[in-house]
Amino acid sequence: MELLMRCGLPRPAARWMAAAAYYAGVAAICLPFVFVFYWMLLGAMKTQVQNTASPPIFLFWPTFENFYNVFAGNQFLRYIINSVVVSGGATLLALLLGLPAAHVIARYRQRGIALGILVARMAPHLSYVVPFFILFQRLEWIDTYAAIILSHLVITLPIVVWVMIGAFEDVPLELEEAARIDGCSRWQVFTRIALPVCRTSLATATILSFIFSWNNFLFALILTGPERRTLPVAVFNFISGDEIDWGGLSAAATLITLPILVLILFVQRHIVQGMTAGGLKE
Amino acid sequence: MPTPSQHVTAGGAATAAPPPAPAGPREFLERHFGRLLSLPAVLSIAGLIIFPLVFNLYMSLQSWFVSSTTPPKFIGLMNYVEIFGKDARFWNATWITVKFTGASVALELALGLAIALYLHREFCGRGLVRTVMLLPMVSTPAAVALIWVIMFNPSLGILNYFLSLLGIPPLLWLGHPRTVLPSLILMDIWKWTPLMVLILHSGLQSLPLSPFEAARIDGASAWQTFRYITLPLLRPSIAVALIFRTMDSLKTFDTIYIMTEGGPNNASEILNLYTFQTGFKYFHMGYASALAVVLVLFVFAVNLALIRVRERSWSY
Repeated sequence: MELLMRCGLPRPAARWMAAAAYYAGVAAICLPFVFVFYWMLLGAMKTQVQNTASPPIFLFWPTFENFYNVFAGNQFLRYIINSVVVSGGATLLALLLGLPAAHVIARYRQRGIALGILVARMAPHLSYVVPFFILFQRLEWIDTYAAIILSHLVITLPIVVWVMIGAFEDVPLELEEAARIDGCSRWQVFTRIALPVCRTSLATATILSFIFSWNNFLFALILTGPERRTLPVAVFNFISGDEIDWGGLSAAATLITLPILVLILFVQRHIVQGMTAGGLKE
Repeated sequence: MPTPSQHVTAGGAATAAPPPAPAGPREFLERHFGRLLSLPAVLSIAGLIIFPLVFNLYMSLQSWFVSSTTPPKFIGLMNYVEIFGKDARFWNATWITVKFTGASVALELALGLAIALYLHREFCGRGLVRTVMLLPMVSTPAAVALIWVIMFNPSLGILNYFLSLLGIPPLLWLGHPRTVLPSLILMDIWKWTPLMVLILHSGLQSLPLSPFEAARIDGASAWQTFRYITLPLLRPSIAVALIFRTMDSLKTFDTIYIMTEGGPNNASEILNLYTFQTGFKYFHMGYASALAVVLVLFVFAVNLALIRVRERSWSY
């Protein structure tokens, strides 16, 4: 800015130009991150001819044919239902198991569980897929909801427990003690005091664990077949043919991404905190 | 809600010595509260998280092809002897894993720090920028990997078109052993730099102001301020960002499997991919289990080393 003023520009003009340059920089930073989604959306609304044109087309009359084809040609609706049931089920189960555990870890110092959760957070999913495959094959559970939901607990349980330990630790001890003096049992302290106080973290944990279960590809790839296949695997199968259906692929990718975008709008302030839970404080 | 008469007994029981014998289910719950509440989680962690790792250990001592009808055969440590002694593909995968994780995490950290510093200032639309930054990291890896496959396409992809506008000859991107790893790292940088930015940005905002004022009064240059004040103060945030990114980078599977399946010529075959191919392409389950054990030990060693370094010298 001093540089601009030294060039002889009056002060307000110099200030305005500096601000404009700054915002141009911000836009340049954001551009690559947005562009991929923009290109996905554009691809979803182009015909196959437009998609394979060279040089690439930026202006065209949008078509919704691809979205129609995705639903008509494939069992896409079934995969959507599968994904919702699996992610919903795995999240619900993780909340049922993880919330009490997180409370106990936060209040009664059960470090063993926390260590087990840390192991799950660090271990590559590949080390789970082999045993799960052998186990569920024995049980003849391959391609059932039970198998895939249980396997997704490896993803959802650590998220719920890690996020909620921090939240439960932050509940003022005086509040819980006051409730105890007023005659609440320990269980009531948990359900009526701790949980309502932590509802923001609860929402973050729920949404994060839903998203990461929704996004998971590996477990469904191995543990499901045509019946219980989830969306990421279903979309992957778009590129297995001889000629890639670029429009269909983009449309399917758009449809998977959309629910996530809606979900993060609710808790976007807390997402990074949630993803690094356990790391930002001792 | 409790009545006033319960008031005295319940409150008293908590502070006084516990009664000798539990009288009913409610007292039983009260006395063993911690253990009872954590029981479901303990069981599920033992069954779903610890047991599979132990099972891997057991399977790694067997020779077993899923496709064959013969039962698993105990061969002791032979799988491990094979892995460390003769398996060139394993060492190749290890080296590629180190390159992939090292390069992507380092570049993401550098880029993330630069962007976080640039954004560390009051301006309109910060919320919007944050939303934009969240998009890549929460989006489905399978979906965005496929979009990148489209963009990387050598003949029709948009990236070669951009290169042509700059007068650079087209690249094969994912199609050539020399460019495949940098291409995958580029995609990883796109997806995960935002996490670095957001962690470091909130780290910057929580820094105390007084050292910066003192530096300004003493006439420190921008570089000196950054090097001797910002960077040391930011170390805890950098450590967190580094640990979490390394942890997740070593778990990468979806994007690479979808974009290259480890090819061409195994040039992008990280350890996760190799383990997967061994188990589910060649159905060599015993060997895959041994690889998974080695992989887990490798990942734990790296992570624990990072955590140890952080505790020793990087925190305050």
